[in-house]
Amino acid sequence: MQNLQVLSFSRSTIGKKVIMAVTGVIGIGFILVHMYGNLKVFIGPEYFNAYSEELRELGAPIFGHAHALWIMRLILIASVALHVWAATALTIQARKARPDQYAVKRTLEANYASKLMRWGGVVIFVFILYHLMHFTWGNIHPDFIPGEVYHNLVVGFQFLPNVIFYLIAVSLLGLHLYHGGWSMMQTLGILSPRYDQAVRRGAAAFALLMTLGFAVVPLAVLFGVVK
Amino acid sequence: MKLKLRIWRQANADTQGRFQDYNLDHVSADSSFLEMLDLLNEQLIQAGEEPVAFDHDCREGICGMCGVVINGLAHGPARGLTACQLHMRHYKEGDTITIEPWRAAAFPLIKDLVVDRSAFDRIIQAGGYVSVSTGSAPDANAIPIPKKNADLAMDAAACIGCGACVAACPNGSAMLFTAAKVSHLGQLPQGQVERHNRVAAMVRQMDAEGFGGCTNHGECSAVCPKLIPLDVIGQMNRDLIRAVLSR
Repeated sequence: MQNLQVLSFSRSTIGKKVIMAVTGVIGIGFILVHMYGNLKVFIGPEYFNAYSEELRELGAPIFGHAHALWIMRLILIASVALHVWAATALTIQARKARPDQYAVKRTLEANYASKLMRWGGVVIFVFILYHLMHFTWGNIHPDFIPGEVYHNLVVGFQFLPNVIFYLIAVSLLGLHLYHGGWSMMQTLGILSPRYDQAVRRGAAAFALLMTLGFAVVPLAVLFGVVK
Repeated sequence: MKLKLRIWRQANADTQGRFQDYNLDHVSADSSFLEMLDLLNEQLIQAGEEPVAFDHDCREGICGMCGVVINGLAHGPARGLTACQLHMRHYKEGDTITIEPWRAAAFPLIKDLVVDRSAFDRIIQAGGYVSVSTGSAPDANAIPIPKKNADLAMDAAACIGCGACVAACPNGSAMLFTAAKVSHLGQLPQGQVERHNRVAAMVRQMDAEGFGGCTNHGECSAVCPKLIPLDVIGQMNRDLIRAVLSR
């Protein structure tokens, strides 16, 4: 059992991958709920504004005002921090493991999704900060009114470059979810070879659904469907 | 046929390496890749130059000694073949072929195309065995093993430890090799007693050797001359998680 004692999970490569997989599952849960919630914008301003306010009363009466929301936020922040930490540590380790590059590089199985995990992840992280500054804190929003989420959203997506950045970010998120969704199952070892192709297709369908679900809101504002 | 070869030349680990170009004529399409290198070396020796060092042994595709990166692919363009079983009919007149050694920090270069793969031996030493009292060979079928497990164990045991998986992995990861060894023994009843300790010890050694982590690109399995499936990595991950949770 001596071998197991020194094998602290966070120290091994596989342990770091497991941390990434578990925090990834938490992230996927958040993304799913976030995407679903966004679509309420199509029902109308009052409904959407009320939804955003009532999120603070989530879990009442057991949880007080914004309690459940803050617990979830803290779990999410911790997950993102751990996910980024493990990814950074693994990236540094991978660079050290291949100090000299090949003169001719070819890949057979790697795809855009798997190759873009690291840089795509960086862009998604920067996007999260931008997105918070844009719609949560409002410091880079041209006309931010606290509590008026419908107004903030419509005004925020009038600016074309901003919409383009959002679309790029959610596309990269889709690729990240596609490779990450399958990769996570492999890392946690819960993938039976028999279901491998089904899980890949499932991950692709989920990723596509999330990307479209997120992209439809800025596009709807841009084309005047939501105003 | 006539070929242009770009080969990595490096006298030893302490000197700078560089590519050297060679023009080689009269290469038979029926010769193997290593026979093509033999032809080049004969000419180099006749010209009084240092021949290109490369690893090889059985030349039957079963020993795991040979292995070079050929135009960016470990063991070359054919799937499920070692470099010695790659034949020159895959190439045509006038082709340029770039030949590089396995590049990984855990595989230090010895000379030209030869690298030191002792790291794999140390991973095996860490736990890639079953501790049983040796004696006379046991009776065949004395221990019943389900057909499915026997097949899966055999698939994983096909690994010849050539190192192509590490060479092809963008992260220089040895996960496919280690996982093949872990799941080979993990599928069999004789391997159960040490199953948890084995996976923990082998993964610890794998990390200590300076290999990178797995990002599930699948490059390893794609170049594997024995076509070891990626599933073994999932199996090893599962075993390690179980080992940690049940300690």
